[in-house]
Amino acid sequence: MRFQFKTSYNQDIRLFRDKVDGFWYALLAVAVVALPLVLDDYSVGEISWVFIYGICGVSLMVLVGYTGLVSLGHAAFLGIGAYAHAYFIMHGAPWIVAVIMAVIITTACGLIVGLPALRMTGIYLAIATLAFSVIIQEVFSRWESVTHGFAGMKVDSPNIFGWAVNDGRSFYFLCLFFMVVVLWLTRNLLRAPTGRAWIAIRDSEIAAQSMGVNLAIYKSMAFAYSAGVMGLAGALFAHKIGYLAPDIFTILLSIQFLLLVIVGGLGSLHGAIFGAIFVALLPPLIAILRDSIPDTMNQWADETGITPIGLLGNAIGEFLKKPGVEAGIFGLILVLVILLEPLGMYGRWLKIKLFFSTFPMYKASTFKRQKSYMRSERLR
Amino acid sequence: MSLFQAENLSINFGGIKAVDGVTFDVAPGEVFTIIGPNGAGKTTIFNLVSRIYEPSGGKLTFAGRDITNVPPHLIASLGIARTFQNIELFEHASLLQNLLLARHAHKRSSFWSELLFLPSVRRMEMEHREAVEKVIDFLDLQQYRDNLIVNLPYGVRKVTELARALCTDPKLLLLDEPSSGLNVEETEDMAFWIQDIKNLLGITVLMVEHDMSLVSAVSDRVMALNYGRPIATGTPAEVQAHPEVVRAYLGG
Repeated sequence: MRFQFKTSYNQDIRLFRDKVDGFWYALLAVAVVALPLVLDDYSVGEISWVFIYGICGVSLMVLVGYTGLVSLGHAAFLGIGAYAHAYFIMHGAPWIVAVIMAVIITTACGLIVGLPALRMTGIYLAIATLAFSVIIQEVFSRWESVTHGFAGMKVDSPNIFGWAVNDGRSFYFLCLFFMVVVLWLTRNLLRAPTGRAWIAIRDSEIAAQSMGVNLAIYKSMAFAYSAGVMGLAGALFAHKIGYLAPDIFTILLSIQFLLLVIVGGLGSLHGAIFGAIFVALLPPLIAILRDSIPDTMNQWADETGITPIGLLGNAIGEFLKKPGVEAGIFGLILVLVILLEPLGMYGRWLKIKLFFSTFPMYKASTFKRQKSYMRSERLR
Repeated sequence: MSLFQAENLSINFGGIKAVDGVTFDVAPGEVFTIIGPNGAGKTTIFNLVSRIYEPSGGKLTFAGRDITNVPPHLIASLGIARTFQNIELFEHASLLQNLLLARHAHKRSSFWSELLFLPSVRRMEMEHREAVEKVIDFLDLQQYRDNLIVNLPYGVRKVTELARALCTDPKLLLLDEPSSGLNVEETEDMAFWIQDIKNLLGITVLMVEHDMSLVSAVSDRVMALNYGRPIATGTPAEVQAHPEVVRAYLGG
């Protein structure tokens, strides 16, 4: 077990806990940069999705995981960002200007949606944001002069100050860059008074208010920041899919984002990234299994001479090819995570880390929380 | 010259007059305690003072300033801090973060400087941390610094509430039943701390309390309340012996 001796207050403020921590993050950075050199185009493309979903995850994590406001309409913000970006690019704006405009426009939309949030919490807020997302989706399909409706809108590959990002590898680095920037900015906010105010609002509005937090300002700020980050993700998303249509930004996508932060682990930035890895890489994993399971099992059947194995393999392959199986597997995993690991993948990661660092003294009860029934008369 | 004054303070919930024309003043440097049977309106007065409830009549004055219409989030920066009867800590944050949040009223950094975490923000964080560490030392909370509140026992949470209120650098400290749920020993500790807060830190204390041993030990003046009306004010001994107060508690 590694003990940390603290000699300065700065040790609790800086980005990396200590040199060992910094070393592991540096190693991770090297690995992520080296990946495109060793992987094929398809895998590089799929991992770019992790970065885009990572930005989306950070956006929703700020709102749901840190401020405690639930949103079922974040796909709408993603859409607004994507359409705004595509619109400005189509009208000849430089790439970076288009990105900034996308962020500004979604931030403004976030502020407007955040206004009702000042009076609503929990399920009511979820319904309000859901309504917003339905309205926005309708706007996408009807405002044809800007969005081209169901005819769709083609998005050209980015051209940043003459650097044409037209292959998967360059785009991978572009997404990686923006994800790191977003993570850094968000981490900065979270270790500063603003982030603490968000956490305070999540855990007790009344106490936060009595300690000097202006609820209206900090809630709108959380909404605006979250929407702005989503707008940035939208700009990258637009390039990634290359063709915008209104039926992409549905409630299902919003739910997928919510799934991302819950499976990843609410209340941590690590959770947003873990969740993004899960959400981005599960569909390709299912696609791979769809073909490889029947193949391998048939091979076993041939080798061992037991035909039922081959038949079972074919059945599994057929099952995985059915429409809706992917959504079903997502749902099943969400249920299992909520039942078995409420802290999400990041919580499990912490447990595994603790298991090895305290081996053989690990106690499963370390993470048990005492249930308290004290909060009776909450003032609202 | 009194530090805090409530004149004719009233609030109605529908037809119920929870607080009905209460007038009292708190002198600088004293411990003023409000006692009364359950439902007498003690906590309601606190919620009125910290501006969570809107009074239906009366006036609140703090340090010569009319605070009857000040929004609740500005009360802390004026120098009024409070604790809650049913602990209202930020449960999924560490004790340290809870105390640092209490420095929010003293925050001077802008959103943009925090976004980039400029050196000025770092410097300010260090200053806040120093202020917080003083309170941690004062209340002996060092060993719990990095614990999440959900993992702390009830007694420590109660002290953390007190610490959080102290971290705002208050002139007037509102303590809502500081001893509720504490054992005898912890209550004694609480009494010592309240005396230290008054004598060493020079903070004026307005307190709601049921435990008469604690009340007599620390209070300079006591006001007894029944059905939202004050029935007696004076030293702890005077109020305890007052026939109206005896009747309010025992009936008759």
